[in-house]
Order: sequence, then C-alpha cells, then structure tokens
Amino acid sequence: MTTTVAAVEEGTDSPYALSHLDALESEAVHIFREVAGEFERPVILFSGGKDSIVMLHLALKAFRPASVPFSLLHVDTGHNFPEVLDYRDRTVARHGLRLHVASVQDYIDRGVLKERPDGTRNPLQTLPLTEKIQAEKFDAVFGGGRRDEEKARAKERVFSLRDEFSQWDPRRQRPELWNLYNGRHAPGEHVRVFPLSNWTELDVWQYIAREGIELPEIYYAHEREVFRRGGMWLTAGEWGGPKDGETVEKRLVRYRTVGDMSCTGAVDSDADTIEKVIVEIAASRLTERGATRADDKMSEAAMEDRKREGYF
Amino acid sequence: MSTITTEELSATTLLRFATAGSVDDGKSTLVGRLLHDSKSVLTDQLEAVERASASRGQEAPDLALLTDGLRAEREQGITIDVAYRYFATPRRRFILADTPGHVQYTRNMVTGASTAELTVILVDARNGVVEQTRRHAAIAALLRVPHVVLAVNKMDLVGYEEKVFAAIAEEFTAYATELGVPEVTAIPISALVGDNVVDPSSHMDWYGGPTVLEHLETVPVSHDLSHCHARLPVQYVIRPQSAEHPDYRGYAGQIAAGSFHVGEEVTVLPSGRTSKISGIDLLGEPVDVAWTTQSVTLLLEDDIDISRGDLIVPSKDAPATTQDIEATVCHVADAPLTVGHRVLLKHGTRTVKAIVKDIPSRLTLDDLSLHPHPGQLVANDIGRVKVRTAEPLPVDSYADSRRTGSFILIDPNDGTTLTAGMVGESFAAPEPVKDEADDDGWDF
Repeated sequence: MTTTVAAVEEGTDSPYALSHLDALESEAVHIFREVAGEFERPVILFSGGKDSIVMLHLALKAFRPASVPFSLLHVDTGHNFPEVLDYRDRTVARHGLRLHVASVQDYIDRGVLKERPDGTRNPLQTLPLTEKIQAEKFDAVFGGGRRDEEKARAKERVFSLRDEFSQWDPRRQRPELWNLYNGRHAPGEHVRVFPLSNWTELDVWQYIAREGIELPEIYYAHEREVFRRGGMWLTAGEWGGPKDGETVEKRLVRYRTVGDMSCTGAVDSDADTIEKVIVEIAASRLTERGATRADDKMSEAAMEDRKREGYF
Repeated sequence: MSTITTEELSATTLLRFATAGSVDDGKSTLVGRLLHDSKSVLTDQLEAVERASASRGQEAPDLALLTDGLRAEREQGITIDVAYRYFATPRRRFILADTPGHVQYTRNMVTGASTAELTVILVDARNGVVEQTRRHAAIAALLRVPHVVLAVNKMDLVGYEEKVFAAIAEEFTAYATELGVPEVTAIPISALVGDNVVDPSSHMDWYGGPTVLEHLETVPVSHDLSHCHARLPVQYVIRPQSAEHPDYRGYAGQIAAGSFHVGEEVTVLPSGRTSKISGIDLLGEPVDVAWTTQSVTLLLEDDIDISRGDLIVPSKDAPATTQDIEATVCHVADAPLTVGHRVLLKHGTRTVKAIVKDIPSRLTLDDLSLHPHPGQLVANDIGRVKVRTAEPLPVDSYADSRRTGSFILIDPNDGTTLTAGMVGESFAAPEPVKDEADDDGWDF
C-alpha cells in the first residue's frame, strides 16, 4: 500500500491531501525522474546507511517495472562495519545493480592521503570521491543529505552545482523556485542531488517502517563491545581504539547513523524493533549528528568547510 | 512528546509555509519560539546557540543563530539565504522557508513563497502597516500564496490593546484583498512573551481566534480539485523491455494539477495527439484515479509518440499552445536581464530556446508604481516581460496553475538561473470581480 489518505481532522483537509510521507515520497521520486531525464551518467552514493538505503528504495519505486537507470558508488573508508558491507553486497546482487567503490585505503597505501592522528577517515573521503566522479564522468551524484541534519545543510539546494574540484560555493547557489530544478552544468562540473532534502530523521524512520525496508542490524539495539571517547560510544577495532586508558565494556547500544567506524558513535538504547526506534527518536532531545558524529563537533562551521571542499 | 504513538505520528499532512519580516519585527523570535515551543529545537542545537551567543558577548541565546547556517552569515550577523526548517506537531509536519529580511530580500522571499501554501507576514504593533509590509503582501499576492497570516507582533508593547490590533488588521486586510489575496488571518501576538504563538494569550481575552500554531495546524492544504485543470508534465518514459514486461511503455511524471482517471480521453501537447488512459501506476500499484501532487506513471491505449517535455492533459480541458509568453517575472541573478537576451526557458519538464522581446515595465513593490520600458531588470527587480520561444509551449496562466503557469529563464552559457516567471496577469482581480477599468490598474 503506497497511498495513505491522511485522516480527515475536523474537516480541515480534503481527501486529496497527501499524507506527509506520500508527499515526501512523491517529491523524491520527481527528483529521481528529473535527473534520469536530464543527465547522462547519474550515480547514487550508497554507504549502506539508512538514508542511502531509503534513496535506493525510492529510485527502485520511481522506475518500476523497469530497473534503476543509475549505478551505485560507495566511498569506502576502510573502517566499515562488517554488517553494513554485507548488506551492501546483498543489495547490489539482489537488484542487479552496478557498484563502484572509491577506496580511502588505496589512497593511503599509495601515499596520496595520510592517516590523521585521531584516526578519523571521514575528511579523507573527499579526494577519492572527487577523483572517482571525474574518472567515471558522473554528471549527477545523488546524496542522502537532509536539511534537518545540520545548519549548513539547511541552505543547500536540491540540485547543488559543484565545480571540477567538487567544491561548493554557498554564494553561487542557484535559487530554486517551484519544482523547476536547473541541472545545467559545464563539462567537468557535476551536480549533487539531494532527494531527501526535506525529510527529517523521523520521516526516514517512519518511511522505513511503512515500506518494510530492511536495514543493517546495527541500527537496532544489540550488545556490543564499546569504549568511551569524546562523549560517544565507539566500537573497539583495528582502526585505533581503545587506547590510553580507554576501557572496553559491553553495552546495549544501537547506531543512529552509519559512517566511518572511527567517528560514528553508538547510543545507549533498548530499541530493538522499528516501532521502538520511532518512539525513541520522537522523544529524543539530541539531533542525530549531535549524538553520533565526532567530526561535526570540530567547529561551528565544520560541515560547511567540508562541503566547500567537496564532501557529500 | 512521550505520549505520541507511532500511529499518530504517521497520519499527518504536510504544510509548506514561509515567513516574511525583518529582524526588527521579531521574525527570528517568532520562528525560534515556534521551534522551541513545539519542542523542535534539540538540546545540542540550543547548547550550540548558547555557546555561540555567549562567545559573542550576548546575554540571551540569539535564536537567529539557529538558522544562520553559513560562516559569512554569522560573521556579518545577517541572513543571506533562505533557510529551511522542519518541525512537527502530532497533527502536522511543517516545512518552513525562513526568508531573510534585508539582503537579496525579494529574490529570497519569492523563492520561499513559490512552494508555500501559507505566508506569515509580521508587523510591529507599534508601527503598523509600513512600506515593507505592503511589499510582503505584494509578493504573497504575486506568487498566489493561498493563505496569508498577518502576525501583529509586540502586542505587549502596546498594552495588548484590541483597538491597535483591529486598526492594523483592517488596514492590511483591505490592502491584501485589493491585491487579490484570497484569505487573510490576522493574529495578535507577542513572540517574545509567547502570547498566541503556541499557547493562547491570557492578556488578550478579546481575541477569540486561533494561535499561530493552531492556525498552521488546521489550515486546509489542498484545494477542491474539480476546479483545477489536470496536468501531467512527462518526465521520463519507462520502458523495461524485459521478458516480463516486453511491451510496457509508461509516461512518468508528477501530477502538477488536478486529477486523472482510467478511461479518460487525453491529449498530448504540443503534438495534439489523443488517446485514452488505459492504466495508472502509482509507484508500482495500479490505481483508478490519481491526483496532484502524486508521482505516477500513465499508460495509454494507443502507441503514440510521447517523450520527456510533453504535457498530458484531459482532451476536454487542453490549454492553447503559444510561442509568445507574457509574464510577471522576478529577476534573481546578479547580471541584468535585457531586451534581446537569448535564454533557455524551462517550463514543466521542457526546456526551449527563447528570446526576451520586450520589458514593458518594472514594478516598485512599495507603492505598486510602474516604470515603463526600464530597458533591463536587475537582481530583485519585479517586472513584466514578453518572451518569444523557439517552440510552442502549452502554458497555463499562473493564476490557474502555479506549477504549469510558472517557468524559469536560464543563461545558456553558464547555466545560471536568471529569472522566475509567472504567466499572465500579475495580481488577481479583487473580490468581488471588478470591471475592466479596475483591472487595467493591475495590468502594468
């Protein structure tokens, strides 16, 4: 069932008013189809995180019964949760998709990128991503970014023009009016496209529940060996933790976001079903990035700076 | 929030609205209060704002910092760009386009209003309707935002006097009605104290209407579809060419207006070919009827030539096609728009070459005065433009259809979005419809 006509409340909404999930779904599908119609080589950034999983689900629905006219691109930091990699590979196989991988580890092995002292590889993703986009001549790159995530993202367009270095210039953004997206770009430039711009974390979870979308199991409460760093629970592992007095303990946790293992924190939670997760998020007093992302705590403009340099 | 069940959370509708007003009117305070009192500002966001305010030597948290997301904005203490904010109550999900008061003012408000179903215009109760208020009302009228809320703010500073509120409400409503704004709801508030924003005020017993949030929660978000012209701009042709679906050929798009049903006679524009709807796929589910703004795939009985950029309409309600478009525009680019400018025009899903034939007038929003033949339009100018397109387009008047009556002009060289256009008359005739002499007044 894909359409829910919202409950008519005190006669305020006509039966033709779409529910908020139907409205967001339709908007995202419209964006996918615009890109399919106007670009030569679009690609979906697919990390195996919930936002990219929802993006793929929407793309599959948008072109049914035909197959998705895009390939997938995973920027692999080398610090992956095994459950997520497994999910990625199963998904690619099930839908007969083509997967490109841009590997941060390769860049480190070749000496092009250097490991940071804190072991975090999130900022290192920009170069492999940019070079893969250039090498494959991708002209539209779908990202799962949402405007509710962070205040620099709140001013991002749905179609966001990037130069040949993938750089974002907030002052050169094109005004976006009605649903008329402008995808014009010069050779070498590309457009980042954000179909989930208007979704919130809660919308994403409600949609996952409504559509019955499978997620990597680390999104649900499970026992895990973690240690405390920077106010977050990090997974112990080869990437560089725990160290210097940090101690490992077993806790009941789940992940609200999935990224590089070294800077993605788990939260204490007993939400082991989607219903419990939704209730937990509705009651949460922290944003998902505030709760789980070390890289956004670096400065007031951390996200803006990374976006300018070509980050997602 | 803890009492909310998952079922309640999913049964809501979505309202897109915009706010207009300068910092002095208390817009940031109102937005901050809506977000804060609806518990949409989360602890880490509030802490970040408190830290930033304190480091700047401010005593109270500056809620404007919640939306000033870019470094340049924070450094200069101004809002440059439209910021989108999201909040929800158990009854509705909201998308707020928060448009800045000063820099690039018109461009941003036009952008925010283009998708808004409601605009909140703020005035300071001490100053009443000022030039800026009239400008805001004019933009809401031009963009045909269906619902306008006049929030008369700082009522605490005028002793919560009913007379003050009533006089401002009356003056504004008369002005907005003249511009053709179909509905004005005036609400006396104090954003600072919280009167009538989320909770009813205890200071204004004389006011029996809704609070701002109550109004946002209950205002209707869709119109009577029977009055709308059904329109489907074709985005993409879906042809699986698979063993399972060897002959499937579907026309995918988001219904821009009205509704379509299986069995309906349709015409494809600009070719004028006709057929009948044999099926409607709603993202994989067959349905008998579909309506705006659903994304669907239409199947037709006949195998006719249809591609991206075409418009499918009911045969009994097809718009005329034209190569000469007259429109009200808002120029949004830094470089000016001039007569003779060769541009691309994007209408629905079709992009065609076009040339600016004439700029008959420019409009001053403060007093709606006209400046004939300005020669060019610069950023943030509103004016009338005549455009000739290389191919015929099935345009509606913007008054009839915001989606199929609007277009953008694009610079063919660097891809810049130059201008936002609305086909047809600038303002709706005031209610009740006046005679021709009055209409001429708005046909600038």
